[in-house]
Amino acid sequence: MGYFLLRRTAGFIATLLVVSLVVFGIMNVLPGDPALTILGLDATDDALAALRTQLGLDAPVHLRYLSWIGNALQGDLGQSHSFRVPVSGLIAERLPMTISLAVAGMLLTIVIALGLGIGAAARHGGPGDWGVMFLSQLGIAIPAFWLSILLVLLFAVKLRWLPPGGFPGWSDPVAAMRALLLPTIALALVQSAVLARVTRSSALEVMRQDFVRTARASGLSRRRTLWRHVLPNALVPIITIVGMQFAALVTGTIVIENVFYLPGLGRLIFQSIANRDLPTVQALVMLFAAIVVTANFVVDLLYVVIDPRLKARA
Amino acid sequence: MNLTYRPATALGLILGLALAGTGVAAAELVVGMQQEPTTLDPTADATASIDAMLTQNVFESLTIVNESGEVEPNLATGWEVSDDGLTYIFTLAEGVTFHDGSTFDAEDVVFSFDRAMAEDSVNPSKDIFKTIKDVRAIDPRTVEIELSEKDAFFLFNMGQGDSAIVAKETVDTNATDPVGTGPFRFDGWTRGDRLTLVKNPDYRDAGDVALDRVEFRFISDPAAATAAMMAEELDAFPGFPAPELLPQFEADPRFNVNIGSTEGEVILAMNNAKPPFDNPDVRRAVATAIDREEIIEGAMYGQALPIGSFYPPHGTAYVDLTDAYPHDTAKARQMFESAGIAGQTMTLRVPPFPYAMRSAEIIQSQLAEAGIDAKVENVEWGFWIDEVYKQKNYDMTIIAHTSPNDMGNFARGPDYFYGYDDPQFTALWNDIQTEADPERRNELLRKGQQYLSDQSVHAFLFQLPLLGIFAKDVEGYWASSPVLYMPLKQVSKGG
Repeated sequence: MGYFLLRRTAGFIATLLVVSLVVFGIMNVLPGDPALTILGLDATDDALAALRTQLGLDAPVHLRYLSWIGNALQGDLGQSHSFRVPVSGLIAERLPMTISLAVAGMLLTIVIALGLGIGAAARHGGPGDWGVMFLSQLGIAIPAFWLSILLVLLFAVKLRWLPPGGFPGWSDPVAAMRALLLPTIALALVQSAVLARVTRSSALEVMRQDFVRTARASGLSRRRTLWRHVLPNALVPIITIVGMQFAALVTGTIVIENVFYLPGLGRLIFQSIANRDLPTVQALVMLFAAIVVTANFVVDLLYVVIDPRLKARA
Repeated sequence: MNLTYRPATALGLILGLALAGTGVAAAELVVGMQQEPTTLDPTADATASIDAMLTQNVFESLTIVNESGEVEPNLATGWEVSDDGLTYIFTLAEGVTFHDGSTFDAEDVVFSFDRAMAEDSVNPSKDIFKTIKDVRAIDPRTVEIELSEKDAFFLFNMGQGDSAIVAKETVDTNATDPVGTGPFRFDGWTRGDRLTLVKNPDYRDAGDVALDRVEFRFISDPAAATAAMMAEELDAFPGFPAPELLPQFEADPRFNVNIGSTEGEVILAMNNAKPPFDNPDVRRAVATAIDREEIIEGAMYGQALPIGSFYPPHGTAYVDLTDAYPHDTAKARQMFESAGIAGQTMTLRVPPFPYAMRSAEIIQSQLAEAGIDAKVENVEWGFWIDEVYKQKNYDMTIIAHTSPNDMGNFARGPDYFYGYDDPQFTALWNDIQTEADPERRNELLRKGQQYLSDQSVHAFLFQLPLLGIFAKDVEGYWASSPVLYMPLKQVSKGG
């Protein structure tokens, strides 16, 4: 286990290092000029030069990278070129929004998908199964942004039950939860369609095994067999997909945050790339990478918890 | 005071007392904004939404430009100009304070202009200060500005966000906590979400300001903006991004829809420095090949005025030159053939703005009919700024020039992305800039429009409209915008 953790941590650091190099490289190769983006088309050459000096853009690329890495190792992510405030502050003020949305989306995904997936497996071949398969096919086919617009038109414009977008902050928890409801549903429906299908097929596979028949034969109810015996044994592929989906949910918030005008990281990265705000893009991409790597790591740990047989192999 | 026990009345009263302190219900306006600012200092960042939200609302300048484009007194209550047109003596308003409580006086004006003109200045329109030789405080209420040459646009330029008067004590934090002298004070900003202003009770004409609180909400997606208006989350969307979505608001009795004009001339720019567009006949052929009506119908859903040169149709010196090159595909084809470029492929690099992307597709098909293969490349803004604007690596592009009085772009010489270098026009622009008499200046401006049309430097397409959607009870918004700001002083909401 110790070796496993060590190997994982080394992999984590190496991944982030490679990501930082790639982002820095791409952002420097990509045509664009942060100074010109800020000062606009009427700017004079000397004003642009003055701004480049202010932003520290006149140093050679490799020196800028080294100084960035040096500062990042000490916890200083630098100043945003376009917002002119520390990047860490920018991220800190937006992270709760995106994390709330991603976690809420993940929970709803799991609830919907397990319910529908196990339910469909239990009614294998019946109209319930057919219905779930049809709905999930539909869910996979519908783009999240389109679904979002439909939800807003129905629940915000027509029925006026929920706000069409925006986030009032957590100081008013009821308003905050109302604001998060539609975006969470929009995020979760598509993902749960995928997960429901995986759950169903994984459950079906387990249901065909001898121990399920034994459990039923020994007098356990259908429901108890499904949730106590089938589900735990079907979890390994489900958890794998959930891990991948969490990463997809975090990045999926980019689209959802735009449609629901939520002040999260997705909108920030969108804007920062357009502005060629290297320090902000750099920090955000590394954060997303860290979230993905961590999600994978957690999934690996969960495998061992779910299936003790894997411990020996780890 | 008639107090009943209806909870709504009581609540309204409490809110009113809390927010306005006068006992009348607080007037709060929620405004949709498409573009989100990155900083809040109009003297250091060209982002248009900074001007739209803050200039003349939080920050003020010596003069102000009104809805018709005329210069009016502002922080300067009046001015005298010397006979040679080189010395301006401004009298400053009395009893004005900055929002932090400090007094506004002539030293603040001197400081603001010295800062804008300094060597390390990052003012986005530093050029407008280049005719200023010296700024002196005569006494706390009098400022003398000496110009090195006559500048017909000087007073107009003194009314822009770039020339806002800032205080030395607060200038370094204006990017995140703007402090000015205007009718509204900055209250708060949640990046990516909203920015709030509250009425400045110490404003010199505070009695004329109807709104107590203004909240700007940043909504970039047109569909989301529509939903937010329809759900009555917003009271106003003064710069609505999508002309195609207007009909549903026009049909809805809850809203007023306004279609006004802006200073944005949309052009099909041609790289004059490079063959084949160094040849005026080829540029004229392009102008002949395009059909503005079709472009406006397809790209703007009919909501824009065509232009035949580089000057807004609402301007006092406007001449209609839209018939200079009547649309004639056969003639254009022949012109391309005699120039020897028929059948050639050219790039049309398009920035990510709906008006540009939609126009590009229509222009592409119009040019194809005339025998030119325009390859449309949709590029992202950062790319456009670098490749097209800075490196001049393009054949054609579509862009709106949104600054007022920007005919001088054509006098910016070979380094500007037009690649247009014409001593005759440069001399003409110089005359325009130094002509103090408005009548004679208009005459020269008409000459300029005619000249640019004759040379067909670019194909001039249409004037970018200002599309506004307002709740029925919102009044006082500018219908057209001759500058980048939108003053809220005269805006009111409800009865």
